[in-house]
Amino acid sequence: MNFKHKYVFLFPGLFVLIGILIFPIIFVVRLSLSGWNSYNGLNFIGLENYIRLFTDDPRFWQSFFRLSFLSVTTVVLQYVIGFALAHMVWKDIKFQRFFRVLFLIPMMTTPVIMTVIWRTFFHESLGPVNDILSNFGMSPKWLTDPTLAKITVIIVEVWQWTPFMFLLLLAGLLSLPKEPFLAAAIDGASPVRKFIYVTFPLMAPISIGAIIIRLIEASKIMDTVYVLTSGGPGTSTETSSFYIFIKGLREFQMGYAASMSFTYLIIMIISLTFIAKGLTKLLLKD
Amino acid sequence: MGKLYKFLKYSFITIWTVFVVAPFLWALTTSFKDFNSVNGGATYIPWVDFEPKLEGWKVLIKSPANGGVDIIEPYFNSLFVTCTASLISIVLGTLSAYALSRFTFKAGFVKNNDITFFFISQRIMPPIVLSIPFFLFLGAIDLLDSLIGLIVVYIVLLMPIAVWIMVDFFNKVPREIDETALIDGCNPYQAFFKVVLPNSIPGLIVAGMFCIIFGWIDFFFAFILTFTEVQLLPVKIVALNSSITPWWSLSASALVSVAPLIVVAFIVERYLSKGNLSGAIK
Repeated sequence: MNFKHKYVFLFPGLFVLIGILIFPIIFVVRLSLSGWNSYNGLNFIGLENYIRLFTDDPRFWQSFFRLSFLSVTTVVLQYVIGFALAHMVWKDIKFQRFFRVLFLIPMMTTPVIMTVIWRTFFHESLGPVNDILSNFGMSPKWLTDPTLAKITVIIVEVWQWTPFMFLLLLAGLLSLPKEPFLAAAIDGASPVRKFIYVTFPLMAPISIGAIIIRLIEASKIMDTVYVLTSGGPGTSTETSSFYIFIKGLREFQMGYAASMSFTYLIIMIISLTFIAKGLTKLLLKD
Repeated sequence: MGKLYKFLKYSFITIWTVFVVAPFLWALTTSFKDFNSVNGGATYIPWVDFEPKLEGWKVLIKSPANGGVDIIEPYFNSLFVTCTASLISIVLGTLSAYALSRFTFKAGFVKNNDITFFFISQRIMPPIVLSIPFFLFLGAIDLLDSLIGLIVVYIVLLMPIAVWIMVDFFNKVPREIDETALIDGCNPYQAFFKVVLPNSIPGLIVAGMFCIIFGWIDFFFAFILTFTEVQLLPVKIVALNSSITPWWSLSASALVSVAPLIVVAFIVERYLSKGNLSGAIK
């Protein structure tokens, strides 16, 4: 093939992406080393922001661990439920198309808008959940109790994003080769054994991909929290993104927020790499 | 298959179906309520539990001057931004994906896979990291609070998705078809546009659907980068939430905003059944 043409195909996309991103990224790094106020603009203060972050800001680290907890829990739940659902509508079921479309729908809906609906759904005195539970003498405070608020966020995230996991896993199931299943059927393997020894190992690479993709997206949780609880009660549902948002765009400590976002990005890249490696080791034993 | 397994399977599917449908049904009934039937506690069945009113729906088409919400303009803003950004991302992403799938690139230690990873890795970037520089950057070039500014930002969000899906798709399109076209005397561009592209329509549709989904559901950037001149639908609806919360118009507008994407669910399912998505996630 001619060697010059390839650049004509590659470069427009690559350069547009780099062009849009390069200044913001350089700017985040520069800003993170600066103090910021409206009359002086940027003034260089070296690593001061980072020193503050690492020695004097437990709230950031708390929000980070909360985020890790929330995203790992939701992704695990999504994986288990998503896999179960995908396996169930994979073959021989009535109304197959209907269920497949239905199970996909939540991921097509705008998270914030559905969260607004969920907020009315979990409303303590006027919502249907507590209306039903009140028959049993219970009225949980879904949005104002620190522990329950976390659970509510998890419920909403699972509702919203299990369909994505379902989609990726069902696509994977549909692409599996037929021969191993025929072999298992000839050997007379029970459904459980067939799942453990045939389906699951064949799905391992796809599972890893799907989990990583969902972890990346889950670590961005912010919209849901913002609408559902605004990080509250107190800081009990505050995630890293939301804390950075408060510091940067509410209190306008831009320099400090930039240093937090840069640190956060580095931690995310490192931990996702480790998780990807760990999962590969765990699920792909050979 | 055991009866127990079947029983568990259908119970699980039923429970999940109820869970998926519940918020939609709740929104649908709420949209026909008025002040009294909302504040009297939860009610479910129209005519039995409460007297249905069209208030929530009427408000949507009234102008703000008459106490309406006017979601029509935000609706078209959202449509315009999502479609434009998706289109640009698909065009640029498809070209790059084709290059990455068919040619070999080498610049020092950077190879094809590294370039592909560079594209896809933009999804790892937490929106908050970009939001502050984008806020200042768009402010500096006077594109804050404008449709063009949002489109620029959405291209960053959507192009990785397009590249991700299309690289895998092109890898599955046999190389022989472009080679045959080249032997027949096409130049590389003709080979791409006349032969490869027509064979890639399922991939383009899937990539397009994903771009539209992820563009349409974004709230964060629209929330930070626009204020009054330009409003996108999610921002508008969430703003309703912060005022005295008229649940009925909130529910009606939520349903209106969710509706177009239901069509997308059907399209995605159709192409999923044909096995076109499978390569994209490995």
